[in-house]
Amino acid sequence: MVGDAQVFAFDADARRRGEEPGHVHSVSGVSASTPEPDAGNEVSALDRAADFIRRRLTGEYEVDEFGFDPQLLDTVLMAAMRPLYRSWFRVQVQGLDNVPDEGGALVVANHSGTIPVDAVMTQLALLDEHPAQRHLRMLGADLVFRLPVVSEIARKAGHTLACMPDAERLLSAGEVVGVWPEGFKGIGKPFTERYKLQRFGRGGFVAAAVRTGAPIIPTAIVGAEEIYPKIGNANALARLLGIPYFPLTPTFPWLGPLGLVPLPSRWIISFGEPIPTDHLPSGAADDPMLILEMTDRVRETIQQSLYRLLVQRPSVFR
Amino acid sequence: MGRTILVTGAARHLGVRMCRVLSHEVSVDRVIGVDVVPPRTDLGRAEFIRADIRNPVIGKIIGAAAVDTVVHMGVIATPLQAGGRATMKDINVIGTMQLLAACQKSDSVQRLIVKSTASVYGCGPRDPVMFTEETAPQHPPTSGWAKDSVEVEGYVRGFARRRSDVAVTILRFANIIGPDVDTAMTSYFSLPVIPTVFGHDARLQFVHEDDHLEATRLVSLSEKPVSGVFNVSGAGVIMLSQAVRRIGRPALPVIAGLLGTAGRSMGSTGLADFSAEQVRYLTYGRAIDTSRIEDELGFWPRWTTAEAFADFIRGHHVQPLVPTASLLSVQQGISAVLSKVGGLVPTRAGGSHGG
Repeated sequence: MVGDAQVFAFDADARRRGEEPGHVHSVSGVSASTPEPDAGNEVSALDRAADFIRRRLTGEYEVDEFGFDPQLLDTVLMAAMRPLYRSWFRVQVQGLDNVPDEGGALVVANHSGTIPVDAVMTQLALLDEHPAQRHLRMLGADLVFRLPVVSEIARKAGHTLACMPDAERLLSAGEVVGVWPEGFKGIGKPFTERYKLQRFGRGGFVAAAVRTGAPIIPTAIVGAEEIYPKIGNANALARLLGIPYFPLTPTFPWLGPLGLVPLPSRWIISFGEPIPTDHLPSGAADDPMLILEMTDRVRETIQQSLYRLLVQRPSVFR
Repeated sequence: MGRTILVTGAARHLGVRMCRVLSHEVSVDRVIGVDVVPPRTDLGRAEFIRADIRNPVIGKIIGAAAVDTVVHMGVIATPLQAGGRATMKDINVIGTMQLLAACQKSDSVQRLIVKSTASVYGCGPRDPVMFTEETAPQHPPTSGWAKDSVEVEGYVRGFARRRSDVAVTILRFANIIGPDVDTAMTSYFSLPVIPTVFGHDARLQFVHEDDHLEATRLVSLSEKPVSGVFNVSGAGVIMLSQAVRRIGRPALPVIAGLLGTAGRSMGSTGLADFSAEQVRYLTYGRAIDTSRIEDELGFWPRWTTAEAFADFIRGHHVQPLVPTASLLSVQQGISAVLSKVGGLVPTRAGGSHGG
């Protein structure tokens, strides 16, 4: 599996260089300014691929304390998602300048789509389109870290458990943290309730931002609701498998693996105006009234942007 | 007058080294090592007394020598070392109780340093990414060494309450690794094929055996007595998959349930330890925050996790299946060929490479 992925990574890397001469901020620090690849370049790309593969095989790469493996993320995991992002969902990104170039920030977004593709696309948006190529570090449910394979990928992609110490650790280290406070209520809601924000947990994410003084960036994602329209739920099966719901969509599970292909909806990800928290007095994080009020404000902002974007979008698939 | 230090578990590798280190200190008059079996190597200037800490005789030793500092390293990590789980539990828990009882009765003891383990935090999917000394375990250990250590720490806390005049330090070490020490982890990584848990990749942390000694020495001999709990680990983490690759041995992903079962049958052959807690650790991993010992005691481990692991590979002569050097030469060979070919035929050669 690793070998295949690496060949793919190399391909994607070469494609990126070839197709986007303007895209000079290479994550690995290798400048890729030559628009027309010639033979010498081809060799050096192969050279790099060989070096990459050797490093992967001998474990000569670094991970941070969260198990985040930037090399793997940038060259393999994200490369696998890029076609989906560019050609399938044709994601439009708005308000990138609301995400700071450096320092901590908390991206709070609506959650939908039956499986968390929206989170991955947001991560890719910040990595590929943000001038500072920021890595989005997401906070996930404990289920994510219990499931085999999923947990391994989530850790390597830089994500961690949604808990106060981890949120504060990431924010005070100056990372952009992503949180989807609706959780399973949002992602697993029936299709009829699309674009209606669900309840926002206990506002723990706001407290974490306030404690570290990081700005909160309300983010609206349009398009993810339509990728797997959830029209039913096989409750008994879900309980048997120990997962929150077992989705039934028009295509899944009736068409088998083919039912896993998401519908090609048109996506818009809009990063809203940051809500500053650094002006608040110390101890504000322990003021429940203030935290709940702020949570409501963030929720309301996202809901309003969702309505605005839905009007902007010409149609679901175009 | 110099110090008199008692070291328990003195016959084992780290105990022997601890005795030697302490006995060469100018501020120390006497170092007494005790253990149930005689040490295989020389203790240096330290004295050795063959005694069982499960026996009240330990009180007489402390009294007769007027011991002022007790370094408790006598907690055993694997049943293999003790000759069975029952004996291991007995040595760990009853031994500690007996030792603490002796310390409580003593007028001379001023400091108690207990070597504990980060495994008291347990491990599981609801864990925070780093445990501080205050973090409550989300998945408390239920068996083996980790559970023993939780109980030992409980008794030590009880002792600290009853004898508030004694400075009690608990050091929670990440997995100790190094060129000479033998632990469950070192025998695991010495297997020809390394079984791992399918679909999970644990974050591992190591502390070098030299840093373990230095941390213990520091709190034993510090000018001002130190009390409290401290995490000790090399900086950074290493993923299990990464560790296996750095060794250069093949990994064999096994379903978690099977690894426990297969491992136990392997464990009885003495090859490696696959206790339930070990399997959990290899599944979820764990990392500890060491800022307290850095800030309060100014102790920075000399070896990072990755460096300590590299030193283990060197010291244990773990041979990779395919030597790293030959991989490098293969890579250089390929690029040499490519640069020739590239000069002649300017075509896209992508994808033909990499298998």
